[in-house]
Amino acid sequence: MKNDNRNAIIAIEDSIVQVRDLNLFYGTSQALFNLNFDIPRNKVTALIGPSGCGKSTFIRCINRMNDLVDSVNINGSIQLDQQDIFDKSVDVIDLRRKIGMVFQKSNPFPKSIYENVIYGLRIGGVTEKPVLEEAAEVSLKRSALWDEVKDRLHDSAMGLSGGQMQRLCIARAIAVSPDIILMDEPCSALDPRSTAHIEELIRELNGEYTIIIVTHNMQQASRVSDLTAFLYEGELIEFGKTTDLFTVPVKKATEDYITGRFG
Amino acid sequence: MTEDIQSSIAGLKQHMIFLGTVVEESVTTAIKAVHTLDNELAERVLDGDKKINSLEVNVEELCLKILALHQPVASDLRFVITVLKINTDFERIGDLACKIADKVILVNRTKQAAGSSAPIIMPSEFDEMFETTQNMFTSCLDAFVSEDADLAHKVCLMDDAVDDAKRAIRLDLEELSKNKPELQPYLPMILSVARGLERISDHAAHIAEDIIYMLQGRIIRHEKSI
Repeated sequence: MKNDNRNAIIAIEDSIVQVRDLNLFYGTSQALFNLNFDIPRNKVTALIGPSGCGKSTFIRCINRMNDLVDSVNINGSIQLDQQDIFDKSVDVIDLRRKIGMVFQKSNPFPKSIYENVIYGLRIGGVTEKPVLEEAAEVSLKRSALWDEVKDRLHDSAMGLSGGQMQRLCIARAIAVSPDIILMDEPCSALDPRSTAHIEELIRELNGEYTIIIVTHNMQQASRVSDLTAFLYEGELIEFGKTTDLFTVPVKKATEDYITGRFG
Repeated sequence: MTEDIQSSIAGLKQHMIFLGTVVEESVTTAIKAVHTLDNELAERVLDGDKKINSLEVNVEELCLKILALHQPVASDLRFVITVLKINTDFERIGDLACKIADKVILVNRTKQAAGSSAPIIMPSEFDEMFETTQNMFTSCLDAFVSEDADLAHKVCLMDDAVDDAKRAIRLDLEELSKNKPELQPYLPMILSVARGLERISDHAAHIAEDIIYMLQGRIIRHEKSI
């Protein structure tokens, strides 16, 4: 494909995360290869690529979830607002407060809806009831769940539907006012209606939070994200505006993947 | 029976090529009819229009089906969108061929009513106009089939020659109207043929621009130099 106007990786004006020369190994097997790119502040960035390409491995680097895996070895840096998150001085608990995460399978705690939402604030030391109540209401409203649960806040969260549980997890993540929300295939276990709810919520949160979403659903990436990164076999192949990447991709590998010719 | 997207797109391309060849035949026949003032050829063009309309609707339905069922992206999306657009251009070129054929029939009818056997004088620029217009449309089809962006670029550049020829024909017809008043009833019809050819070449240039978008992802429609 001829296209002289764009590069495969665009420059970001206001970035919150800067990834530099990032390599990750599981034992002797390398999973990420020399990643270099910036993630824009308060925008939605989608990561796409075939299974095993390193998408989840990469977002788990951002909140240092990979620290929990013994065989992982990382070199390079990820700067969050000019601080290297791998620096020894970084408090990982504090880092994870700044970076919320929503997983493929919703994981509410076996507690009430209300207790789930304020859990992060409680362990952060907030004890004033009015503050907690307000945070719960604001977070549930922001996650478009308030109207459905306002009359049963003290019921068990385990009684919610799959889609509601996932929105509860998002409410829990935003209750602590994170800078970044990581979403690892947040809709893969949901029906189309619940998926639409979550996508609407992502659009609502766009502009206020930096969201990084891993998805296998190409249409979802194109519907919700401002920028899309395509990873293949641990390498960043292309990173650009979502509208450009899905209409005129620069790299043939991207073209082949998004049109379903491989992967 | 459902098809995968690549088979659907290959099928759509075949339908589009078929429509293109039917339209090409219609334009060629209309031009021949003007050359020879042959009513039979003109009638053939008019009869063929229904077929073009039906093929156009069929192509549009195939595009909508692919969009709804496969949600294409990247080159597949550009292909389907381009086909959707140039499909309309093809159909309109078919309509313009009919308008030209109509004028042939009208000239013959007017001649017959006047009992005239005098030859109709066609400005010499028509020869170039016929050739360039046909060449533009045929090259469009070739560029579409062989995915040749350079050829599509060449088509865009040919449009000016047709516009110039049409302007020259208008001036020639003004002269003829002064010098040969007996031809006056026919001159608006001859001018209308030139207008039809000019519109066909405009559509061919649009098609070529869309083919460039399809192949390169660049919208060049309003660029001054391409």
